[in-house]
Amino acid sequence: MLATKRSRSRSLLAAALAVTGFGATAAADEVQRWGINFPPPASTTAQEIYDIHMLTMGIATILLVIIFAVVIYSLIVHRKSRGYPADQRFHETWFGRWSWVFVPVMVLGVDLTIAGAAQKTLERVWVVPQDQPLLDVKVIGHQWYWEFVYLDHDVKIESRYVPKEEAGIHYLREVDNRLVLPTHQRVRFLHTASDVLHAFWVPELAVKKDAIPGYVTETWVNLTREGVFRGQCAELCGTWHARMPIVVESVSQERFDAWIEEQKQVKLAALAEATAEREWGKDELMARGERLYNTMCAACHQADGSGMPPAFPAIRGSAVATGPIPRHMEVVLKGVPGTAMAAWNSLNDLEIASIITYQRNAWGNDTGDVVQPSDVNAAR
Amino acid sequence: MTTATHAHADHEHHGPPSGLKRWLFSTNHKDIGTMYLVFALIMLFLGGASAMVIRAELFMPGLQLVQPDLYNNLVTNHALIMIFGAVMPAAAGLANWMIPLMIGAPDMALPRMNNLSFWILPAAALMLILSFIVPFFPGGGTQINTGWTLYPPLSLQVGMSMDFLIFAIHLLGVSSVLASINIIVTIFNMRAPGLRMIQLPIFVWAWLVTAFLLILVVPVLAAGVTMLLFDRHFGTSFFIAAGGGDPVLFQHLFWFFGHPEVYILILPSLGVLASILPTFSRKPLFGHHSLIGAMIAIAALGMIVWAHHQYTVGMSLAAVQYFMIMTILISIPVGLIIFNYMMTMWRGAMTFETPMLFAIAIILMFSFGGLTGVMLAVVPADMQYHDSMFVVAHFHYVLLPGAVWGLFAGVFYWLPKWTGHMYDEKLAKTFFWLHVVSFNITFFPQHFIGLAGMPRRIVDYNVMFTEFNMISSVGAFFFGISHLLFLYIIIKAVRGGEKAKARSWENAQGLEWEVESPPPHHTWTTPPTIKTA
Repeated sequence: MLATKRSRSRSLLAAALAVTGFGATAAADEVQRWGINFPPPASTTAQEIYDIHMLTMGIATILLVIIFAVVIYSLIVHRKSRGYPADQRFHETWFGRWSWVFVPVMVLGVDLTIAGAAQKTLERVWVVPQDQPLLDVKVIGHQWYWEFVYLDHDVKIESRYVPKEEAGIHYLREVDNRLVLPTHQRVRFLHTASDVLHAFWVPELAVKKDAIPGYVTETWVNLTREGVFRGQCAELCGTWHARMPIVVESVSQERFDAWIEEQKQVKLAALAEATAEREWGKDELMARGERLYNTMCAACHQADGSGMPPAFPAIRGSAVATGPIPRHMEVVLKGVPGTAMAAWNSLNDLEIASIITYQRNAWGNDTGDVVQPSDVNAAR
Repeated sequence: MTTATHAHADHEHHGPPSGLKRWLFSTNHKDIGTMYLVFALIMLFLGGASAMVIRAELFMPGLQLVQPDLYNNLVTNHALIMIFGAVMPAAAGLANWMIPLMIGAPDMALPRMNNLSFWILPAAALMLILSFIVPFFPGGGTQINTGWTLYPPLSLQVGMSMDFLIFAIHLLGVSSVLASINIIVTIFNMRAPGLRMIQLPIFVWAWLVTAFLLILVVPVLAAGVTMLLFDRHFGTSFFIAAGGGDPVLFQHLFWFFGHPEVYILILPSLGVLASILPTFSRKPLFGHHSLIGAMIAIAALGMIVWAHHQYTVGMSLAAVQYFMIMTILISIPVGLIIFNYMMTMWRGAMTFETPMLFAIAIILMFSFGGLTGVMLAVVPADMQYHDSMFVVAHFHYVLLPGAVWGLFAGVFYWLPKWTGHMYDEKLAKTFFWLHVVSFNITFFPQHFIGLAGMPRRIVDYNVMFTEFNMISSVGAFFFGISHLLFLYIIIKAVRGGEKAKARSWENAQGLEWEVESPPPHHTWTTPPTIKTA
């Protein structure tokens, strides 16, 4: 419901605009309500796909109108109540005897028209052009967040859903870290997954590809305009399938370069901090741990550590979080095979140490243990 | 054939045994047919109930009624119950009742196996329902949150309920294969003397094709889920990439079964139309031979297009080109069927009893579903449609008109034959309009939200999809309620009503109308004489 009452008249206007194909004018902070068709394409291939979609839909509509017209005419005219005499020999006329030939030929004509029209677009969508430099982005699906690695720049970002209070009207289509991409530059996505199947889908880009563990598949885009394009995971991936949004922020090449530089600095700073040779205090680790836990762990284990048994065990009062530290670190670093618990070894030592310290002391776990980054490093 | 007739002639007039024994030990095709139909009706309500919870949850954004895992569990069970519990058994019920009557046979060829193939079903259904409820008991593990496609690796994460489901699928498969063997043997061997294959009613042909499809593809599903079971418990890695396996292999195995399964669901129902349309148009069926050819062509093409369900897995260009073209070509036989049915109505003297209303609605709505199917076959455009609500709308437009309505039409058409009573036509027409209108309100808006970007199988959605989801849910509630009326009409007709004549409908053609309504416990103990034109 949320914002339904607000702007009823505006949404009606939006519907009218959508029908006439002017949906693109919806303001950036507004969501497009009553949308009945694809959002306006934002890449070269998306435009072609949109055109093919409209063509096949047009052909399908014409055929449907013909079928409806014939049936409705027949329903009106060929009825007993009007005294219409049934034509008992109709199936024996030349029409009846040869329709099995000419109907398939006519349908084949329509089929070949559609397949032929789709052919060029299909080749362009499927084959990644290699004649110009590509910006490679590895897209990794996790339960339940996306990881984007800019392979050429050694920059990695994790993209998670943000709760309703922060996301507002974009709830479930808003993330903490957006996938920033430059316009007018060919971008190749390399899709894979770490746990189960996911699928990367952003309608404005008309890109959808399954993320499959053990596979790397590729798609590509060439963005034609700046903007914020929202999509979400399209392959059922378990409990929080609905909470895997993808937000692409399309910016100019200059802004993209600046953004990449910024990300590199952030990464270096974090690395310097994590590898600093020092003892961390409990309060420092707890504060960091709480923030990281709420971002990375709370979706399954809940903010209060109660979990969602039996799929996601509680951490509050659990044998792992209150028992020996090595076992706790093993679970976090290596995951639990055969369950949704992933290996979190991509986090740095400081992050792991903070999370474990937090889990061992929050919600009445009160073990008093403090795990240092050096302990984590030793346990890897 | 003739000796069997003489052996039966001695006790031709004995009635059915009484009490529980009649049903438990039944080898009578009519009783087994009735049991199949009653079973399917119960399952229809179970599967419908899960759909109602799904639509209630999706009525507005947010998590209101169910948690995500329960939602995914319902999505899974809705599909499995409807496909394996409702539609397939209902079609088998029609086959059991009508094929022997239509071909002038005293019973199915293998009556004891017939008993077995039915009585496996309740056991299988129990396993299926257990897979749904076991997680609610202590130590019951996690819920099945994979959808009916059971894709690994997600299905490897699920608890013991997945094992119940795998065994349920095994049992359902055994039941289907046994029933199919029986139907094939019956059609090949039990026809009245002089009744040639080419003269058989299209419904019988449709079931013959369906039975072959079942025998060809169900074992592939059984193999697929068995490999899943081995991956889960016996350390194999068929579908685990880390162990050298391939998650996509399961998808190929599943859809090698799954796509022909669509035709398994719709062919018997499309066959029913070939009986109904000539009756109420009062003129012969248009294109009898080409209908047979089209159905065989659908089965053949249907077996070689499975990967169009997996355009997004990353197949090569050549592979998707092949699957796109073959898939689009299915429109040729399907188009021919629709054309023949339209031309059967053309220049007829139509009346509009409920079976005819359903038949007309099928022609119109199934065409709609078929045409969105052509759109989905186009690979580049499918990059948008795939796994969106557009797909949900598409396959409900195919499976409700194509499968379920055909079964409803058949039930109304043959109910006077089965019960000896005419059903309440006024109520039935009310049911028809309520059902068909609310169906369109439910599923038509789902095309829009799918195109606008809503994926399928999500428990919660962005506010931008609110309006059409609300419309869809309101439609779904009326749609669900309409089935109570259906149940009432059936019960009313079983209990009494206007006496049905042997030929219950003016101009109804076919051997089933030559026996009384209701037919005696044993029919065609003396085979009918076939007049060859």
